[in-house]
Amino acid sequence: MQALSSPEFWIQQLINALGLGSQYALMAVGLAMVFGVMRLINFAHGTVMMASAYIGLLLLQQGMPFPLVALGAIAGAAALGVLMERIAYRPVRGAPDVVLLLNSFAVAVLLENVAILLFSPRSRPFPMPEVLTRVFHPGGNLFLPSIHLWAFGGALLALGGLGLFVTRTRLGLAMRAAAENPTAAQLLGIEIGKVTVLAFAIGSAMAGLAVLFWTAHVGTINPGMGFEPVLKAFVACVIGGFGTIPGAVLGGYLLGALEIALQGLLPAGVVGYRDALVYGILILILLVRPGGVLGYLEAERV
Amino acid sequence: MDGPAVLELRNLEAAYGAIRALHGLSLTLGPGEVVALLGPNGAGKTTTLRVISGLLRPVRGQVLYRGDEITGRPPATIARLGIIQCPEGRQIFKNLTVRENLILGGYRLRDPARERRNLERALDLFPMLKERLHHPAGLLSGGQQQMLAIARALMADPEVLLLDEPSLGLAPRVVEEVFEALAQLKAQGLTMLIVEQNAEKALEIADRAYVLEAGRLVLADAAHRLREKPDLIRIYLGR
Repeated sequence: MQALSSPEFWIQQLINALGLGSQYALMAVGLAMVFGVMRLINFAHGTVMMASAYIGLLLLQQGMPFPLVALGAIAGAAALGVLMERIAYRPVRGAPDVVLLLNSFAVAVLLENVAILLFSPRSRPFPMPEVLTRVFHPGGNLFLPSIHLWAFGGALLALGGLGLFVTRTRLGLAMRAAAENPTAAQLLGIEIGKVTVLAFAIGSAMAGLAVLFWTAHVGTINPGMGFEPVLKAFVACVIGGFGTIPGAVLGGYLLGALEIALQGLLPAGVVGYRDALVYGILILILLVRPGGVLGYLEAERV
Repeated sequence: MDGPAVLELRNLEAAYGAIRALHGLSLTLGPGEVVALLGPNGAGKTTTLRVISGLLRPVRGQVLYRGDEITGRPPATIARLGIIQCPEGRQIFKNLTVRENLILGGYRLRDPARERRNLERALDLFPMLKERLHHPAGLLSGGQQQMLAIARALMADPEVLLLDEPSLGLAPRVVEEVFEALAQLKAQGLTMLIVEQNAEKALEIADRAYVLEAGRLVLADAAHRLREKPDLIRIYLGR
């Protein structure tokens, strides 16, 4: 283990935490947006990521240049999110929340099996261009994988853009209003259906962006790959305070930092239990702050 | 009443599941008129507003806006016509700033110039909102939240303003302030339907009033005549 006193060690941890946290934040924000407008924990969110990765692979196999592959995968994710809302969720609006939840499981299982049929259950390599896989050595023993830079820059742009959208535009404000009080929003002429579709489109696009970084990390894709990301996104949302965009972003970065810290600080024999520890800490956080970090502040304010 | 009705309810019957809330309510609202809908708890006042706004589909009967039937249309569609409800319990967006709440009030207009003008007008009516434009609305006091709710509704340039219990839970001084603002709006010619339990305040500002009891109309008269019969009101309102 590296010396805890060396600044290099901490800088390395910070780089890793920001890289991983950016991915989690992008994944969590879509889950939070959909929860906001629909009160649905969309477990099919991870399946959208999986499908988006396969769309990317197909485009890559067509010989498309990588920027177009990335755009195609993100657009594909957004389209799939919209389609999912249309087919699986909109018809059961007004039904008890548990119906929506069950439908999201159904969509997840269905899409995963479609992927198994089409592409076989085996993992496939996803060749990433060198700009994403290169590792810089900025000095000393520091490693700066370019994927961390891309993930951080991508998250900054995408989440910053989202922040501007929900605070500066009429539609973005309408989306937040509908998430907070759908009845009052409707009484002002806001169409819940419209902002719901928008939340699915934007949230799924964010997931499509995140899965590019995730895939570059892992190197391969498979039909079951969506499970872990959606679980991480869920945990991030719970940590940050469920259903709010800032909560999801904060939770994403906190979760990233937590995982990296445990990875770096735990003795070698215990590192394998990292995820168990993460979930243990999650339970502790919820015992102290049941509404999540930001949710707690919210509750105090009112 | 001068001219045709802006809003007309014909034989409305409404229910929540098996529980009847309205048994054939008819009323009209003329242009520039202020009408009060009075009655005790559970009389069907809020239900009436919910039906007008499209939040509740009536079992029978019709809602007409300037002669066109709008019964059962989605709430957003009805709001876009200019029938704006300021709902019970204020229902402001607490996580949004005061300014964001107001901007959303003008959602139906899609017109930045009108939005600016309306914002100015709303802030003139409730100057205390001006200093708090960038505060989260959830930090406002109850009275301030009620004023924000009314200001937000005014941002839509309503053709008809439906107010549900604007005085509910407010300190007497704040009730005065709210009703002063409503009187100003009346003077500007705004058509309003006010649901109130505070009959005294409502009758001060209304032209006419309807009294509901258990989902039925029991009394309808000019407000000044009802003001002269406080006993009658007391009987129906149970005070």
